[in-house]
Amino acid sequence: MNVAAPQSAFLRTVYVLYVVCFFAYLAAPLFAAGMFAFNDSTIPSLPWRGFTLGWFFGDTDPVIGMFHDRRLMRGLTNSLYIGVIVSLLSVATGTCNAFLFERRQFPFKNALYIMMIIPLVIPGVILGISILVFASMVANSADRAFGQNLSALRPGTLLVVVGQFSFLTTITSLVIQARLKKFDISLEEAALNLGASRLKVLATVTMPYLSPAMFSAFVVAFLVSFENFNTTLMLVGSDAPLTITMYDRMVKVGSTPVLNAVSFFLMVGSGLLALLSVVVQRDRPSD
Amino acid sequence: MLRSDTGKLSLILLMTPFLLWIVLLILLPQLGITFVSLREKIGPRQYEFGFGNYIAFIQEPIYWNTLLRTAWMSILVTVMSLFVGFPIAFYIAKIAKRRSRVGLFLLCLIPLWVSDLVRAFGWIVLLRETGLISGALQYVGLINGPVEMLYNDVTVVIGLVYTVVLFMIVPLVSTLDGMDNAMLEAGYNLGGNRLTVFRRIIVPYAMPGIVSGCIIVFMLTAGSYLTPILLGGKNSMWFTEMIYDQFITRYNWEAGAAFGVLLLGFTSLVIWLGLKLTGQNLASTVARD
Repeated sequence: MNVAAPQSAFLRTVYVLYVVCFFAYLAAPLFAAGMFAFNDSTIPSLPWRGFTLGWFFGDTDPVIGMFHDRRLMRGLTNSLYIGVIVSLLSVATGTCNAFLFERRQFPFKNALYIMMIIPLVIPGVILGISILVFASMVANSADRAFGQNLSALRPGTLLVVVGQFSFLTTITSLVIQARLKKFDISLEEAALNLGASRLKVLATVTMPYLSPAMFSAFVVAFLVSFENFNTTLMLVGSDAPLTITMYDRMVKVGSTPVLNAVSFFLMVGSGLLALLSVVVQRDRPSD
Repeated sequence: MLRSDTGKLSLILLMTPFLLWIVLLILLPQLGITFVSLREKIGPRQYEFGFGNYIAFIQEPIYWNTLLRTAWMSILVTVMSLFVGFPIAFYIAKIAKRRSRVGLFLLCLIPLWVSDLVRAFGWIVLLRETGLISGALQYVGLINGPVEMLYNDVTVVIGLVYTVVLFMIVPLVSTLDGMDNAMLEAGYNLGGNRLTVFRRIIVPYAMPGIVSGCIIVFMLTAGSYLTPILLGGKNSMWFTEMIYDQFITRYNWEAGAAFGVLLLGFTSLVIWLGLKLTGQNLASTVARD
């Protein structure tokens, strides 16, 4: 008998019904967004006019599929490119931070640890504008002092990368640190006693142990970067990533089934990536 | 001797990326917007130091009304997410059978991996005049003509709860998961009824999860942009929209920076109060997993 569950059969049924309703609520908008990607009509609404893949592969007006829509495809490429760079950077920094806080003692450690978490509780819009303001302050001073025009510090891909990096690093640090915390330090000591150098121990013992966490930190960072809107919106230049391109389309053209197709594509893509990360995390040999 | 030198060197090497990140991307930019917000424009390229931007904020009711409205709706959304999410988290952590537990938890996470934009778009497709729900209601015969369900506060709240409730469920599941059922049993054996056990055992046990969920949910709601704008339409009156407007549309960075500082100050204040009142800190709540 599960003591946590309600005792009467009636209440138990009500409870299960509530849970079912909740999952229906979670699924409803995703289902609606995905379903109209396959409707053979130029507006994403009922009635259902038959199944089509035109909104993915179509190349004749008015049905231009997402794979033939040059701007959406450019947005997708930009997102992939930004996502990979930002994830690599934040996993690298996150790994350093994990070692720093898990293995080292230094003054003000607790205060600095709080500092590390803080980016997670700053609203994304604020992170965006503060980096925008700071970057252009630097660019303006450089302009005044040396007559250099640092165009890289104006809104554009670099600022988007920097802005996303500023809060993704907290996430990757926490994920990697959680794994490092469980590491049995005697394994390293054994390797050292057997004559391995510190670097060799790091490369052959510690890093292989950490790699699943680093991989899932990478996936998480990539997905969050890919779907980020608030911070990116403030920092974006002419090379807009996919979410911004989609938003532009939605505001200017209104909703078209191409957006449903992109939504479906993103759902499947990120679902698969998330699943992959879960599988890798699960495959832990030790615990 | 040599040992401690290499130790120091590696500490410095490890510390460098951390410090560069925190100082260059977090601390200095925050000081930067504070500085800009204290600058008054008195002519082209001429500035004066002063509180003019903040005074303008206080004098214009639409500004502080928007902030108050954002604050109030964010608190409402946080409380609603807690009430909606707690039973789900409890079900996943305590009632579901071992095998279905992982599946349910993953199901909960799926919307998390889909962009805000896609979720808001899904709601638009469902709720607008020509949307699925309006169509379905007409088909059943409950209503005669199409109804517009977008662009009102109820929709905005439903959409916001949808966007953030997962961030409530995840920390709750991970705290409740560690609770031993024997504690509940002991509570019942000592004569407590369900309510007492809930109030005196379950809630205190889940407190770190509740606090961390509330902090993240509140912060995400107050800082959200897409959901209120797309679901609330032109009259959504959301504070982040105002910041965007000042920065990008009107190019008035001074006022925008002042708004930014106010929003940050406000969310920090609420988070700090929440932590103080419950005796928690950031490391014990947000960083738990």
